[in-house]
Amino acid sequence: MTTAVHPTTSQEVTYLEAISQALDEEMTRDERVFLIGEDIGAYGGAFKITEGFLDKYGDHRVIDTPLAESGIVGAAIGAAMMGLRPVVEMQFADFISCAFDQITEVAAKNHYRWNAPVPMVIRAPFGGGIHGGPFHSECPEGWFFHSPGLKLVAPSTPYDAKGLLKAAIRDPNPVIYFEHKFLYRRIKAALPAKDYIVPIGKAEVKRAGSTISVVTYGAMVHIALDAAARLAQDDIDLEVIDLRTLIPLDTETIYESIRKTSKAIILHEDTKTGGIGAEIAALLAEECFDCLDGPVLRVAAPDTPVPFSTPLEEFFLPKIGDVEEAARKLAAY
Amino acid sequence: MDPSVIVSDVTRTDYLHLYYYLRLTRALETRITALYRQGRIVGGCYTSHGMEAVSIGYALPLESRDVIAPYHRDMGAFLIRGITPGEVVAQYLGKRTGPTKGKDGNVHIGDLKRGVIGFVSHLADNLPVATGAALAFQIRGEPRVVVTNTGDGGTSRGDFHEAMNFAAVRKLPVVFFCNNNQYAYSTPLRRQMAVQNVADRAKAYGMPAEILDGNDVAAIYVAARRAIEKARAGGGPTFLECKTMRMHGHSEHDPAKYVPQALLDEWKIKDPILKAEAMLKALGYADEADFQDIEARAKKEIEAGVEWAEQSPLPEGPETLEGVFATEDEVAL
Repeated sequence: MTTAVHPTTSQEVTYLEAISQALDEEMTRDERVFLIGEDIGAYGGAFKITEGFLDKYGDHRVIDTPLAESGIVGAAIGAAMMGLRPVVEMQFADFISCAFDQITEVAAKNHYRWNAPVPMVIRAPFGGGIHGGPFHSECPEGWFFHSPGLKLVAPSTPYDAKGLLKAAIRDPNPVIYFEHKFLYRRIKAALPAKDYIVPIGKAEVKRAGSTISVVTYGAMVHIALDAAARLAQDDIDLEVIDLRTLIPLDTETIYESIRKTSKAIILHEDTKTGGIGAEIAALLAEECFDCLDGPVLRVAAPDTPVPFSTPLEEFFLPKIGDVEEAARKLAAY
Repeated sequence: MDPSVIVSDVTRTDYLHLYYYLRLTRALETRITALYRQGRIVGGCYTSHGMEAVSIGYALPLESRDVIAPYHRDMGAFLIRGITPGEVVAQYLGKRTGPTKGKDGNVHIGDLKRGVIGFVSHLADNLPVATGAALAFQIRGEPRVVVTNTGDGGTSRGDFHEAMNFAAVRKLPVVFFCNNNQYAYSTPLRRQMAVQNVADRAKAYGMPAEILDGNDVAAIYVAARRAIEKARAGGGPTFLECKTMRMHGHSEHDPAKYVPQALLDEWKIKDPILKAEAMLKALGYADEADFQDIEARAKKEIEAGVEWAEQSPLPEGPETLEGVFATEDEVAL
């Protein structure tokens, strides 16, 4: 489904509003869906995504919890097993570490071990660029990328934010939905008036190009597109692939692009070592070796915690210039 | 327990039922231990030897639509929920006919159809999950109850505290049991907690608690029934500490030399089967001949189960790859 074939609402909505709409529509569509998390009721959530939901749906479907991330996720797992569709709000993705055990040991392994599905979504507001410092800026997706049994999605546009969240809520598995805080109020789009989903497991070519493929996701999609616009002036034609789903990875779309361009940059905001970029680079070495005309490069954050002070955070986050530099290096091959 | 209370609260039929499950559990775990010593069972071998009364007492009052979230010394509860001795042995032998089809071992048994949430090795992880199942019942207004159990050791984990607190705050229909068998693997109670009783911990959450003789199956049954019906009626959670003694090692590989012999001698004469027999005789509910009949019946059932399990097929290697994700048809409306 694409935006074009459906009539759109007249008003543009932000990435944040798109998330809200998805929750609202799914709660209306399916009474099994309920929300659980910290300060999501009367306060409407730290980012106000669930503002008004308590009044509309009541405190049996919008559940404010004690400050206890492991307990929250465990409770969501139990409710999911009993046939409900919980959507957990992690106040910040960083706090997901407190629930790591429930996610990786209980939720991820449940169906494999004893055939009991856990249809649950954990919304994880992630990423930097908001002066959040080491505990409000993390990109923890790499930890879960290595845990079989979880699905991971990370939308970069309002359209995908809404469609992927709906798909995640309807999925019979535990899905971690990484929503990028930097994008919340910075990007807008008109969305289809009709119900739609963005299928989990499908990447999208955001910009077709012929020189180098940039494989990325989340807020970095916009960095890649900006870099592509600049490089186009120098006849370096980037193809930008937005993964949208990290697990299950749409390898076919990645390979198809590399077969065309023969060169790859993997761009992510998460730190470099042992990250998703490393896995994609390994896949390209295994599956696309014959068509590569240069080294697979990674543009990622350095291996440090996310620093607070503005010049430090600016240094930390991958930038347009970093992608440009990598692209020029690779174009020379 | 006071015989006059038993006469009014536990019928002869119920008491004989409890006794039968004590015998069945003892016979099954004795047989499993023998298989382990013969090298026919590999991996861990966790029994409830000497503590059988706890899970039998909590499981018998439950209704068929209720749910248990057990821990690793709850064999009696599995049997009461309808997991057959054959399935248990098949699980231990890694057979395809076991509840996890060889994906998981020993007491990691789960089956939603029989209201059994699978146990994970990370102790107390099942407690938040139990609160979530109870939350689902509360959201849907169903008169269903969850009973969960953990050892004394598990009560030191954060998940115990997060679950207790959440259950108390939301008045969830869940009953928390604690099998206080005095040792967390090799660590005695005095090195685990500074409080006198595990039940003291419940006070911190505003949750009513009782301390029970963990070897008195009738006392546990009566207290469990009361707590379960209170939870079912919307009265919220209860914490029940059953004081007992782990008569074997943590797992059967463990000779448990760290436990003083005098302590084991003291508890040997308080064995739950001996205790039940003395009471059944005193009440005129049964005599030696009945005990022998019941024991013979239990052993016969176990042998039939062992035979079935041994004849069952092992899984094939490539089945490893099956079941990481649930499919849509498994969670139909």
